[in-house]
Amino acid sequence: MSENFDDLRDLYQEVILDHGRRPRHAGRLEDFDATAKGDNPMCGDRVQIWLKYGPDGRIVDAVFEARGCAISVASADLMAEVVTKATPEEARSLFEKFRTMVRSGTCPECAEEEREKLEQLAPLSGVHEFPSRVKCATLPWHALIAAMNGATEASSE
Amino acid sequence: MKPQPAWTERSAAPYDVARIRADFPILSQKIRGKDLVYLDNAASAQKPRAVIEAMRAAMETQYANVHRGLHWMSERTTEAYEAARDAVASFLNAADRAEVVFTRNSTEAINLVAHSYGRGVMQREQAVLISEMEHHSNIVPWQLLRDERGNPLRVVRVNDAGEIDLTAFEAALADGKVGLVAITHLSNVLGTVTPVEQIVRIAHAYGAKVLLDGSQAVVHLPVDVQALDADFYVFTGHKLYGPTGIGVLWARRELLEKMPPFLGGGEMISTVSFERTTWAEVPHKFEAGTPAILEAIGLKAAIAYVQNIGYAAIGAHEAMLTDHALRQLAHIPGLRILGQAQNRAGVISFTLENIHPHDVATLLDRQGIAVRAGHHCAEPLMHRFGVDGTARASFALYTTREEIDALAAGIRRVKEFFA
Repeated sequence: MSENFDDLRDLYQEVILDHGRRPRHAGRLEDFDATAKGDNPMCGDRVQIWLKYGPDGRIVDAVFEARGCAISVASADLMAEVVTKATPEEARSLFEKFRTMVRSGTCPECAEEEREKLEQLAPLSGVHEFPSRVKCATLPWHALIAAMNGATEASSE
Repeated sequence: MKPQPAWTERSAAPYDVARIRADFPILSQKIRGKDLVYLDNAASAQKPRAVIEAMRAAMETQYANVHRGLHWMSERTTEAYEAARDAVASFLNAADRAEVVFTRNSTEAINLVAHSYGRGVMQREQAVLISEMEHHSNIVPWQLLRDERGNPLRVVRVNDAGEIDLTAFEAALADGKVGLVAITHLSNVLGTVTPVEQIVRIAHAYGAKVLLDGSQAVVHLPVDVQALDADFYVFTGHKLYGPTGIGVLWARRELLEKMPPFLGGGEMISTVSFERTTWAEVPHKFEAGTPAILEAIGLKAAIAYVQNIGYAAIGAHEAMLTDHALRQLAHIPGLRILGQAQNRAGVISFTLENIHPHDVATLLDRQGIAVRAGHHCAEPLMHRFGVDGTARASFALYTTREEIDALAAGIRRVKEFFA
């Protein structure tokens, strides 16, 4: 079942402003298992993510430092929120669906648990109306994927 | 360019911006239900009906390829294309119409010089001197030259006001090893009008040639390449209310004569055999392939449009807008303007405390106000001022005082939104 986010069209939801201004997961980890940077030279947005895995392989801590627009910071913060306690595979799957959402404005079909997380990310779906800003929302995710792949650098597609 | 006689007669009359705006069909568009406030003119300017009509008329009544057809249409089109060259020659006060080479844009014109003069005439040990406030198009071609041929690249700093430090400039030339100075005539980021007369005088005193990037300057200032005593001058049509795809390289004839061709192909040859090909005379030697015929015709119409209003009138109007904007923006807390040059034009880059330029641009866009945000193809200058990017408002001959007020009000709303 695909859900429509028509009522969330405005780019700057209160949630975005709030997370952009007061990110909950900003900082850096001293004790981490993976880290990677993302850089969008077109607009100067920069993000670095640090990950700590638990014994079961799940992400127990995701922390980032970002220098960029409200969209990229809010996206990094919301991402850190939804990938905490997720396995890398779950995080990858979330990214695929998130990417579809920010490109199309609609949420792809997904299972109950993913849908809950995508609803948390839904305030960002408005970027699909601003093609030049989609990269702002996906940059932190590219850094996350790079970190999970053991790479140190990612760049926005 | 001297003021046009037609304008001299009218010069007592107030600048009728409403009448001018009526010449630009696009300006009556609504954006997101609001009047378009177009303040991204330094990126590309809108087109007056005169330009649109000139290109349409050519396509509808006299169009063929140039310089080769022995038929009526080709002859008329060749005349129109060459008349555009005459218009550019007169616009820049060139001594010789053969000094005007049509290119695609300023970038191609600079690449042409880097290729044909840089690789073909300059010695490998001769340096190129640019400034810290160049557009990437006046940086990268010289880096390519350096990497390929070894010609050193020197950079002169700009001061905190966004002006070229002439003492440092002269010091960079002092060893006599600079072969070419390549400097903007008007910064696309800071709005600084550079002291080109002094730059040329100093450079020539040390034996260097001078290329001036007039992409922004020709829009706001009259340019006389003979009075400037420049060696190369480049500009692009689309910022001057003309079409995209047409730019100009003006160069002294003796330099063009010495330079090998840039691109090879039709149009630029005299005779071709598999053993040996001889080049066409300048400027055709540098115009390989079918040129941008319609765009040249459009550029001629754009030049005529600007000349008819006159640079004295345009300059006075834009100076009023710039003063007004600088005053309005200065009252906004947390707003920082990059560059405070004494001699400046209506290109204003600014940052807002704690708000990213892209957020500023998107939120202004939602209010119908078009500005540019980012590094403006001048990353080294961003580093110089310690910013990742800026928002930039840039004015045109059709910009109104009310649009500046709308910008200031829009910025205040952005601040409130993020507060």
